[in-house]
Amino acid sequence: MLSFILKRVLQTIVLLLAVSILVFIGCEILPGDVAQVALGQFATEDNVRALRLELGLDRPAYERYLSWLVGILQGDWGQSITTKTPVATMLSERLWNTGLLALVTTVVAVPLALVLGLLMAVGAGRTWDRSASIVVLGLSATPEFLIGSLAVLLFAVQLRWLPAVAYLSPGSGFSQTARALFLPVLTLVIVVTAQIARMTRAIIANLLTQPFVEMAVLKGVPSRRIVGVHALINAVGPLANIVALNIAYLVSGVVVVETIFAYPGLAGLMINAVQARDLPVVQACALIFCATYVIMILVADILAHLYDPRSNAQAAMEKL
Amino acid sequence: MLNVAAVQRRGIRLTLWFSILIIGICALVAIFGPWIVPHDPTEFVTDEPFGRPQVGIWLGSDYLGRDLLSRLIDGTRTTLVMALVATVLAHLLGDCLGLLAALRGGWVDAVISRIADLILSLPKIIVGLVIVAALGSSVLVIVMLAAVVYAAGVFRIARALGSDLVGMDFIKVAKSRGEGPGWILFSEIFPHVAQPLAADFAIRMSFAILFMSSLSFLGLGVQPPLADWGGLVRENLGGLAGGSLAPIFPAMAIAVTSIALNLLVDNIGEQQLQKKGA
Amino acid sequence: MTSSVLNIQDLVVEPMAGGRPVVDGISISVERGEVLALIGASGSGKTTLALAALGHLRPGLRVQNGSVTLDGTEMLRAAPRMLRSLRGRAIAYIAQSAAAAFNPRMRLDAQITEVSRVHRSRSHKEAIQTAHRLYGRLDLPNPDLVGSRFPHQVSGGQLQRFMIAMGLQESPLLLVCDEPTSALDVTTQVEVLRALKQGIADNNTAALFVSHDLAVVSQIATKIAVLRSGRMIEFGTARDILESPKDAYTKELVAASKHMTISPTSRGGSVAPAPGPEKAPLLAVQKVVAGFGKVTDGSPSVTTLNDISLNLRKGEIVAVIGESGSGKSTLARVIAGLHPAARGEIYMDGKRLAGSVENRTVSERRRIQLVFQSADTALNQKHSVGRILGRVLKFFHGTSGSARETRVAELLKMVQLPPEYANRLPSQLSGGEKQRVNLARALAAEPEVLICDEITSALDTIVAESIIRLVESLSKELGLGIIFISHDLATVSALAQEVTVLRHGRIVESGSTQAVLSAPQNPYTQLLVSSVPQARPGWLEEAVATRNRLRHALEADRSSQALASDGVGNALAITTGP
Repeated sequence: MLSFILKRVLQTIVLLLAVSILVFIGCEILPGDVAQVALGQFATEDNVRALRLELGLDRPAYERYLSWLVGILQGDWGQSITTKTPVATMLSERLWNTGLLALVTTVVAVPLALVLGLLMAVGAGRTWDRSASIVVLGLSATPEFLIGSLAVLLFAVQLRWLPAVAYLSPGSGFSQTARALFLPVLTLVIVVTAQIARMTRAIIANLLTQPFVEMAVLKGVPSRRIVGVHALINAVGPLANIVALNIAYLVSGVVVVETIFAYPGLAGLMINAVQARDLPVVQACALIFCATYVIMILVADILAHLYDPRSNAQAAMEKL
Repeated sequence: MLNVAAVQRRGIRLTLWFSILIIGICALVAIFGPWIVPHDPTEFVTDEPFGRPQVGIWLGSDYLGRDLLSRLIDGTRTTLVMALVATVLAHLLGDCLGLLAALRGGWVDAVISRIADLILSLPKIIVGLVIVAALGSSVLVIVMLAAVVYAAGVFRIARALGSDLVGMDFIKVAKSRGEGPGWILFSEIFPHVAQPLAADFAIRMSFAILFMSSLSFLGLGVQPPLADWGGLVRENLGGLAGGSLAPIFPAMAIAVTSIALNLLVDNIGEQQLQKKGA
Repeated sequence: MTSSVLNIQDLVVEPMAGGRPVVDGISISVERGEVLALIGASGSGKTTLALAALGHLRPGLRVQNGSVTLDGTEMLRAAPRMLRSLRGRAIAYIAQSAAAAFNPRMRLDAQITEVSRVHRSRSHKEAIQTAHRLYGRLDLPNPDLVGSRFPHQVSGGQLQRFMIAMGLQESPLLLVCDEPTSALDVTTQVEVLRALKQGIADNNTAALFVSHDLAVVSQIATKIAVLRSGRMIEFGTARDILESPKDAYTKELVAASKHMTISPTSRGGSVAPAPGPEKAPLLAVQKVVAGFGKVTDGSPSVTTLNDISLNLRKGEIVAVIGESGSGKSTLARVIAGLHPAARGEIYMDGKRLAGSVENRTVSERRRIQLVFQSADTALNQKHSVGRILGRVLKFFHGTSGSARETRVAELLKMVQLPPEYANRLPSQLSGGEKQRVNLARALAAEPEVLICDEITSALDTIVAESIIRLVESLSKELGLGIIFISHDLATVSALAQEVTVLRHGRIVESGSTQAVLSAPQNPYTQLLVSSVPQARPGWLEEAVATRNRLRHALEADRSSQALASDGVGNALAITTGP
């Protein structure tokens, strides 16, 4: 049991290292180099050389990688090329905003989706399930920017209840924060709920066709208990996995949603940096997003494993 | 009970026809686009931006006053061709490597699987952003990017399908006869995996459309003057505050195409289930 | 009529999609304390009928006509609440596969006492006590503790007994048993059958017992109904059916079940060609060790076969007998070159064969053919029969064009199938027909050695019998050497001249079939022989007695084997042949 978790954590650390190398290489293969790009086409040779020295670009790549990595571990993310401010300062506030967006979305979407999926599975094959399935399939295949645009059109333009753009400053009070969050959260909740509900339905509906469910029916177990106990205890592992994967998916959804609503989050920062080719910022944001994603997947795996009595037995066997 | 089954069957037929219709229209528009546009996509048809829909300018005009319908038709070809090429490449790469890994096992499998795992453990859009930051955005970069990113997912599915079959006795029979890997792959395995892989192709293409549109929406996809649907959404997003539907139409086009592809696969899967049940 | 626990009248169940009814106008009744057996091949409608007793239909089926009355309640029209209150309490179900019927994530105690819980019949404490008492009566080890395990933590035979306990927990009026022992090894089957028989007797419970095995049924049933294609073709007391069957199909069933029991004058020994000692064996397996994992010093980390030797001559049938986990299928794969041995050699005509099939010559591969257990997975479902056979002809003999078609027709004739079957897909064939195609494919290579791995275990009794006849005639006509791998001693007794008994990957006994089966020396072989179901009264009690007598010897045997597998006592190998 413990050995499994340890193994997975070690794997994840190796994976994170690989990711950091990839992110670093990704930014290194830029045609021309950072100094050239930062100064633009009309910079003089001397200026470029000076900046190269300043940025330490004359050192070999692996040395720069190591010092970058060590810096990150110490909380030093380098300096932005465009704004000349430390990346860490730029990150801190944005990170909080994006975290808030993801957290609120998760808290709303997960219970909603699980209940919806469960209800669909119980009525599998009925008209209600058929229509709900089509709606959910449709929503999960719809791009976030359509849902976001429609939400703006409805709530900001037609009804004028909410701002189309999410103003959020460090000192915002609760009501302003809530107003700023409402549309982005709504958009993400719709997409995430649709996806989780769809997979929940598939898992539960599949479990309900298993022989042990038929056995429970023939034992006189009421259907509430069959779904709520017999099916659900078998679904917890896979469901935990799906929920974690979808929270990881939020990483991608957040990028688009922050752009629609001009939400001051990490993704907005990253996109601006990509357009400006501000590589230290791109590297930092990419690393944070990738790490979140990888760690969510790790959590999903561990949850699924903890919940499987068979894997406990397997772990015991391995010890022997 | 009977009624439920009948309703279900009617429901299936309806969504199936819907998806076939949409996919057919998309294909026709992509092929005959240049001949059916009402206006030149670069021509200014109204004086002010975000002109209201009117006769001849059925969907109104865009942020520069160009005919939105013509731009939408023009973008269909870019969107679909790029997604199609990326999906074909992803499948060529993923299917071959996946079946090979399943059949050969050993270090070949281990190496390719690890690489696929690495790609799958990264958020696609972030990978896209980093690559675009590094290489700039061109049609080639974006198509190759989507192909590689989705090849990892295809690889996983092809490998899983393949390994299920490799354990089957009829493959052992062929091996014990001394058949070569080529024959086993094409004659024994391929007929079994063709259908699920085709289904995956449709789903994967809808993913590719969404992925590329998202990149374009972020301003990091294909660059003007070329415009795909995602790019059209981005260009016209500013009109939203004024109540213009200009960004909604291209976004709808993306959603409808993606939903049609998903419904198609869903229906085919369901029909197969029913056939098996009978 | 009033005393009937269960009364089914003119029941017709048909598929919703239309087509032939699955149950076609059957009427039966079960009285208190009576055990009614439903006998039939797969597709006879016996399971559908049994489930209808619980008022349950599998998805895709519907009742067209008839009534099912349980203790005065009409089950087909009862409200869901009424059904729930009867199920588990008045009528209980025991499924074929306990492994699938138990919830993998719930402890056994919780699942067995759930019946009491949902019917609120007794307190939790009482329910647990009842369950533990039942475990004890059903001979489960540590009755007070074993229930806290999860289903995967007990053996298959134990799990099946837990299911019996679950069925008996509320002392139902009627117990519906759907093939409760057919997924088990014969030696385990004896235990479970005894437990079931005792459970039914203790409570004076009535039972509906579904089975395809007449010998098993004869031990437990008071009455037998024979079903075929959804109709009841014969009904009577168990004795009448067994001793004087009237219908032709029933006669065939009874004959097959007699054939499938070991007779002391087994034909194997008498027809055995007397092989001279000068004649070298066609195939010789010598001291083979095989298993899984990394091989160090010729022993793999998990050993599934240890020190196996056996000889096969031309025209001879050698049987390899063992229960699940005995390593018999690994042996088949080692000989076929699909699973290289860690140690030991295989010789064909005195020439050593490479361990792996890739390193064998084309002619070596052609001369040894393996027939797999399940034709469903051994035949490519996407290829027509003609293509399956044709490919082998092309591959080994270069036959093509009309010559190939002619040869395919010949092969089909050889396995008693009509030539037009060449155009069919495997899914369009019945189980027995598929197994014939499976055999024909092996024959297409024109082999000298045929390895049959459990080729009858997935088939109904009568079909299995006909496949065995076919194998027997093929061996005579073509002079094939056949290694016949099976878990079923009875099948083998009618067929093989030599038999080798495997247990936990070792040979425990081998010799001529007649000698081994009529006077087994090893306690395990004795147990196996006594466990083969026989359709005579008192067999089950005798088998249980033998089992208890042998229990001690078997455990001693097992611990000595454990010693030997440490690599100390390899000299214990028993060699075959005269």
